[in-house]
Amino acid sequence: MSVLRRFYIGIASVLLTVLALPALAQNADAPIQQLLQEHGEIIAKSSRKTIGPAIDALGSSSLPKAPEVLEKWQAKELWVIKETGLFVYTEKVDSKTERMIDIATGEVIGEVAKRDLKQLKPNSGIRGLIGAALVKFQLQDPSVAARNRALDAIERDAEDTHLAALRDVMEAEENPDIAARMARLERLLTIEFGESDEERIDAINHFAGDLGVDVRAALNPLVAVRVEAAEAAPEGDDVVRVLTPGSEALSREAAYDILVAAELAKPRISRDDKREALIANISDGTVAGVQVASLDSEEARDLAYAALARDGVVDAVATEAEVDETLGSFTFFERYTAASPAVALAAAAVLTGIETKVALNQTADLALDAVSLASIYFLAAIGLAITFGVMRVINMAHGEFIMMGAYTGFVVQQFVPDHTLSIILAIPLAFAVTFGAGVLMERLVIRHLYHRPLETLLATFGISIALQQIAKNIFGTQARPLTAPGWLDGSLVFNDIVSISYIRIAIFVLALLFLALFLFVMNRTRLGLEVRAVTQNPRMAASMGINPDKINMLTFGFGSGIAGIAGVAIGLYAKVTSEMGADYIVQAFMTVVVGGVGNIWGTLLGASLVGTLQKGIEWLNPSNTLAAQTYMILFIILFIQFRPRGIIALKGRAAEA
Amino acid sequence: MSTLLEVSGVSVSFDGFKAINNLSFEIGERELRAVIGPNGAGKTTFMDIITGKTKPDEGRVLWGDKSQSLLAMSESKIAQAGVGRKFQRPTVFEDQSVAENLMLALRKSRNPFSVLRFKASAEDETRVEELATEIGLSGALARKAGELSHGQKQWLEIGMLLAQDPKLLLVDEPAAGMTPTEREHTTDLLVEAAKTRAVVVVEHDMEFVRRLDCRVTVLHEGSVLAEGSIDHVTSDAQVIEVYLGR
Amino acid sequence: MTDVSATGAIRRKPLVMQYPSLLIFLGCLALFTVGVTVLSEGFGIGMISTSFVKTLGKTLCLCLVALAMDLVWGYCGILSLGHMAFFGIGGYAIGMWLMYARTELIVIESLANQALPPTAQEISDGIATQIFGVVGASEFPPIWAVSHSLTLQLLAVILVPGLLALVFGWLAFRSRVTGVYLSILTQAMTLALSLYLFQNDSGLRGNNGLSGLQNLPGLDDVPQSTVSIWFFWASALALGLGYLASVAIVSGKFGSVIRAIRDDEARVRFLGYPVEAYKLFIFTFTAILAGIAGALYYPQAGIINPAEIAPIASIYLAVWVAIGGRGRLYGAVIGAAFVSLLSTWFTGGQAPDVNLGFYTIEWVNWWTVLLGLSFVAVTLFAPKGIGGLFDLLTSKTTPDRHGADLGPDAGALREKEAET
Repeated sequence: MSVLRRFYIGIASVLLTVLALPALAQNADAPIQQLLQEHGEIIAKSSRKTIGPAIDALGSSSLPKAPEVLEKWQAKELWVIKETGLFVYTEKVDSKTERMIDIATGEVIGEVAKRDLKQLKPNSGIRGLIGAALVKFQLQDPSVAARNRALDAIERDAEDTHLAALRDVMEAEENPDIAARMARLERLLTIEFGESDEERIDAINHFAGDLGVDVRAALNPLVAVRVEAAEAAPEGDDVVRVLTPGSEALSREAAYDILVAAELAKPRISRDDKREALIANISDGTVAGVQVASLDSEEARDLAYAALARDGVVDAVATEAEVDETLGSFTFFERYTAASPAVALAAAAVLTGIETKVALNQTADLALDAVSLASIYFLAAIGLAITFGVMRVINMAHGEFIMMGAYTGFVVQQFVPDHTLSIILAIPLAFAVTFGAGVLMERLVIRHLYHRPLETLLATFGISIALQQIAKNIFGTQARPLTAPGWLDGSLVFNDIVSISYIRIAIFVLALLFLALFLFVMNRTRLGLEVRAVTQNPRMAASMGINPDKINMLTFGFGSGIAGIAGVAIGLYAKVTSEMGADYIVQAFMTVVVGGVGNIWGTLLGASLVGTLQKGIEWLNPSNTLAAQTYMILFIILFIQFRPRGIIALKGRAAEA
Repeated sequence: MSTLLEVSGVSVSFDGFKAINNLSFEIGERELRAVIGPNGAGKTTFMDIITGKTKPDEGRVLWGDKSQSLLAMSESKIAQAGVGRKFQRPTVFEDQSVAENLMLALRKSRNPFSVLRFKASAEDETRVEELATEIGLSGALARKAGELSHGQKQWLEIGMLLAQDPKLLLVDEPAAGMTPTEREHTTDLLVEAAKTRAVVVVEHDMEFVRRLDCRVTVLHEGSVLAEGSIDHVTSDAQVIEVYLGR
Repeated sequence: MTDVSATGAIRRKPLVMQYPSLLIFLGCLALFTVGVTVLSEGFGIGMISTSFVKTLGKTLCLCLVALAMDLVWGYCGILSLGHMAFFGIGGYAIGMWLMYARTELIVIESLANQALPPTAQEISDGIATQIFGVVGASEFPPIWAVSHSLTLQLLAVILVPGLLALVFGWLAFRSRVTGVYLSILTQAMTLALSLYLFQNDSGLRGNNGLSGLQNLPGLDDVPQSTVSIWFFWASALALGLGYLASVAIVSGKFGSVIRAIRDDEARVRFLGYPVEAYKLFIFTFTAILAGIAGALYYPQAGIINPAEIAPIASIYLAVWVAIGGRGRLYGAVIGAAFVSLLSTWFTGGQAPDVNLGFYTIEWVNWWTVLLGLSFVAVTLFAPKGIGGLFDLLTSKTTPDRHGADLGPDAGALREKEAET
């Protein structure tokens, strides 16, 4: 903009202001302007104390323009024309000129010199009131989504003014969901901002037994405590408990620091500070007459420092004995600081109740976790239980069959992008691949090693390391994803604490299906009958026309195939790597051994025990999964001491077979 | 003649099946006894109980002058106390020589540390050679047990039992799979052994039992059906029914 | 196996006469030791590099632990998958002293320049910060209580594996856990131990393990070429003594008992032998042997971490013994030396790649596959392993049992293996 042009506009605006004011199309009769004019004085006065009626009037008016006025006012964009007292919005043109906009129509009225206008500058108190009034408008917005958004905003960042606004609008709310939300939010806000203790305690008690995280978030600050010290025994309702220095809740150092902070005791000095002080006072190889070379123990340094203190070079500090004495003469206690004792006590009582309930629900959640872990172990172990239980063959490569199944799923997903379809294809394919691998292995290796369990163990181990390395060479070392179909995303949520993801439910269902399948095959089919016959007495079975070779081959294939399917399931919930089999194999062995060999129910019990145990230990020591696994294995080693043959043990001649 | 072993009221069951049912049995210090019974009569389980392999559900097993209970003892302790057992299938250590097998069995301290320091004395070697002669294997001392014939293995096992010098010898079907001459030799060995100790022979073969010429106990369904001389037992109506009625 | 005279291996004869291969073995070991020394950089003409001397020294330690494995598995029939854990414990025990003592020297040196002489606490704090800084700790865990004392840590090399084996073995054997069950249980023990060590708060630096073990405290002036020969000698001596002790155990009546236990445990029990005590003795003795081997191995390797203790290591140990030929002591030594050196050659990138036209076999990636498959092949076709070749030379007789097992127990020798 050229200087010349600006000059002209300047002239024009001055002229306009001076000459043409009455001629401006200011809509002084608009209802909103009228309303503002009614309270013009107090608005212009802009005092926290008196502004109430004005904001109330705007807030309770049903004028469509009211929210906009409030927003502009809050943003300091509402100005008043000094001469007429009419309210306008403005836009800055330059440092001396503002463009006026009609508050009713939103049309530009014209430009005017800044000095003819007065900006309303609401202080923060007033802005808060305006905000509350605005919230009320938002809460009454015809759109449900907008009302929800307003509630979200309050939940995120509540202020005391929101409480009144909420109370004003909640009764008129028609949408039942939103009404419920509002009612709950009103109670929560009352806890925080309620005016009287009674009101707040009422609200607190309202939430007895409520598991919501928001409730605990509202209550926890109320029971905040501060540790204080006094020479006399503390009195008053707000004293939570008396603490002993040196206990777990209050270390001696912390206790003494409290006294020092309250200037009730002489400060102590840290070892480092003491050393610095001594170094600072070295002269001619001595400190306060003590040879530096002899200062190689804390006692010697203490003495030297005390000597310095006597000379007045450094401040005297408390010795250990003095610390003991001082600590002994004070009583330490916790005091509620965030709320009045009555409120704090009520909050503490409700919190205790909630925590009990939370613990119960966490136990339930833990149980769900344990069940899902148990189903994974069961899936991983069932194939092993078949080969170990039926054929007395330890298959160390079982874990690698799980891995093969998972990689089969991964490969299928490379060709079939639809996740649902690819999983449906992957399961039978994984079974087929691992069934084939199992049969091949049985024919080539295991068949030659029957009744040589240790050799079988080692030979299958050789296969295991070879398979693992081959997988690494083909697929690389990085984890490959096996993506679950969309409908398995998310969780089944019971409440804020108890939930379980759909994938885990699917794995659980799969485990049940396998149990049913196994029971069906073993108890209701010809194959099962023959398998049981071969298990119990291979020679007799052979003489009855059953081919034990064929049965062994099929059994091994079947067990391996199930490992393949388990691999797909495990791959969905964990990553697919060449080492994933090794991660599960020891737990799977444990499951079989703990459960007892040769009995599917034993495997089920074993999986439950191992799963529950692992989750239980993790719960006791949540930060450390490694420790949980360590202790679980130790437990199992001890368990074997008492039940060497597992939970369900075969007795008599069958056990020696 | 005082009682060496007293089994009374012993029962044991496997998964509901009663293998031994309220069985009582006694044997003196120098006695040869044959135990017979059809398949499944509980003969092997009976020996398992005495040797500590199977623990009974109820009943008592008392041993020796001091009436020590065998139930609280481990297999090795029972063996050290003087119970020797010969299994149905010859179980000798086939990877080791006949001499090593006999030396293993020789009555010496079984403690690992004394075994570690063990050096065979001339006396021990003489004893091993004596035993070998007794069982007809003096020429085969250096051979591996695995190379022996079936009958020779049976003898070696009996020789190992004799080397153990037990007070009670439990022998399970010693004559199975032997030629007639070998059988005769076996009978002689057992009869000879019974002169210095108690011997219990479990056997199927009536002819073999008859040749032993001793008291016979008949087991059936886990308890004693009849006891007495071979002629007495074979004329017992119940025994005939059990053996022939099936 | 043994040279059997008229009354077998029980007659009072010198050990060497009973076990002729002992002299041959010790002779070969001595020749090898002298040869390596002469060719080394430290004491000889420098034809063998220091790092290869270390590799050879480590191999001797692996031979020693393989010897232990053969005793417990080949002779006593216990397929332990825990002996590399004992090996690792030995390494950790000596590593703690090496690391402590060396760090102490460094810390004292750095504190010496300060204005005030350091207090004992300051030195200890300095060492702790140096050692445990990587796991975010600055205090000594209780497990390091005696790490300042070489004597006590050397005692720990023997006592910790020994006691662990004693307690574990006692628990396992008294409840009659045998065969594959026992193998899985030992594997679980190994896994538990390695998982425990992987934790940062185990007090042994978590997955960082202990490092800098090749530097002997106070001997910074001695070049590694010399130190490597010292350790090589120590390893050779340990192997020689271990072999001698093993021969003494297996050649007498004790050996006869444990082989009998391997082939038919129940029968030995009915002979009156407390089978559990024998197993426990062998298990514990071999654990100590493994601990000593580990204590010599890791100062040559320079670093130890929990991955070394993982079950897979113990399984490889079984592989070595199987390939070398179990049930004969020199077989275990040959197997360990052969496979571990071959493995070093293949994984070190020295083996030439095989170009198949459509695919190039890089041995770094395919060696494990080859090892796994050859292991299967050995189990299937050559249960006597490399040691079986020696039988071809001596052509010993064999009991003809038409392929039947020599005993009912898992681990019993098979006819094919018992041909000596």
